[in-house]
Amino acid sequence: MPGLFGVALLTAAVLYVAAAGTVRRRGRWWPPGCTTLWLGGLATAAVALTGPLAREAHHDFTAHMAGHLLLGMTAPLLLVLAAPVTLALRALPARQARGLSRILRSLPVRVLTHPVTAGVLNAGGLWVLYTTGVYREMGQHPWLHVLVHVHVAATGYLFTAAIIGVDPAPHRPGPRTRAAVLIAFLAAHAILAKHLYAHPPAGVPAAGGRTGAELMYYGGDLADVALIVVFCLQWYRSTDPRRRSAAGPRIPAHRLPGRPWRLPEEARTGAE
Amino acid sequence: MSTVPRRNMLSGVLLGVGVAGFVDETVFHQLLHWHHFYDKSTPAMGLISDGLFHAGSWFCTVGALFLVADLRRRAAFRATPWWGGLLLGAGAFQLYDGTVQHKLLGLHQIRYHVELAPYDWTWNVIAVVLIVAGAVLLVRFRRAAVSTAS
Repeated sequence: MPGLFGVALLTAAVLYVAAAGTVRRRGRWWPPGCTTLWLGGLATAAVALTGPLAREAHHDFTAHMAGHLLLGMTAPLLLVLAAPVTLALRALPARQARGLSRILRSLPVRVLTHPVTAGVLNAGGLWVLYTTGVYREMGQHPWLHVLVHVHVAATGYLFTAAIIGVDPAPHRPGPRTRAAVLIAFLAAHAILAKHLYAHPPAGVPAAGGRTGAELMYYGGDLADVALIVVFCLQWYRSTDPRRRSAAGPRIPAHRLPGRPWRLPEEARTGAE
Repeated sequence: MSTVPRRNMLSGVLLGVGVAGFVDETVFHQLLHWHHFYDKSTPAMGLISDGLFHAGSWFCTVGALFLVADLRRRAAFRATPWWGGLLLGAGAFQLYDGTVQHKLLGLHQIRYHVELAPYDWTWNVIAVVLIVAGAVLLVRFRRAAVSTAS
């Protein structure tokens, strides 16, 4: 299993670096900071999925929870800020890039990337994992083990992108909706952690359940605060009075007509 | 109140709620170990309230500080309504925590294996004092604003 995850992560790293290289060869710029974030995010996921922590997680709930925090919250934060979709749109030939942006605008993707959908998939998946027998079954069926980890990583990414994404998201709701969903999600995470403190998943001893739950609660806080800071920082930048007066209308940048998406800050300052 | 003092007050209230939540978590849960992470008698409603306020107070703290930064870059920061809001927010959270969360929802008690009444009274009287202090500041600011305007 670690082998499978390792290959997937390595592929993601190679693809990103190659795409950044393509963009540069065409004479455009791609921020090294984004590449660093992407590789850092993949390395974080690798710590959770391969190596000693992953081995430990098979029989220790606290180690499993540490892995969950890294894979479902920390890695997505880094990966989302690396703006992989923007990079793909720049690196792909024009036709494929148009095809990709059509897919991004399609109804299913719009529904899937809405903060509420992403939040429900993310938090709901965790509730199902820990409050039903799935957690115990996971230890017995390798395919379920893979499925659970892919789900945690994918929904973690989807949710983070829905809240603080820097990639094209033409239909993203405004900051109020996103803030409300973020608070609701963080609350669901904290409530689940306290619930698990008293009711550990099937197959987990009581003491292990308690330390795991406390790690989920306080470790989750760390990831949450990072998410909140990025969210507020984006709001702070987008409401800069100087920039707004220069830009003209008082429309949030992500809603400006004719400019359906924004590049990450670093990308823009470097490119222009 | 016009927009500027209202934004200052809002930032203060948010930071007050955030700071009260933070003090509750660090001092009473982590340092003193008076509060318990989980009380066996906690009903579901208590956990939901706790989770929402826990998440909300982080958001309030960070959001309020960014609001201060926003006010300052617009040269619109006013100390009096900000402090008034802060005391009001901290007191309101403390009172909610001391009455609804501790008593009504039975989330956990202030301290265990002691006579609770003096703790509960101190807790809630401090909350009311904070609220009154915040309200006094806000009323005084408003009066001053009205008298300079007329």
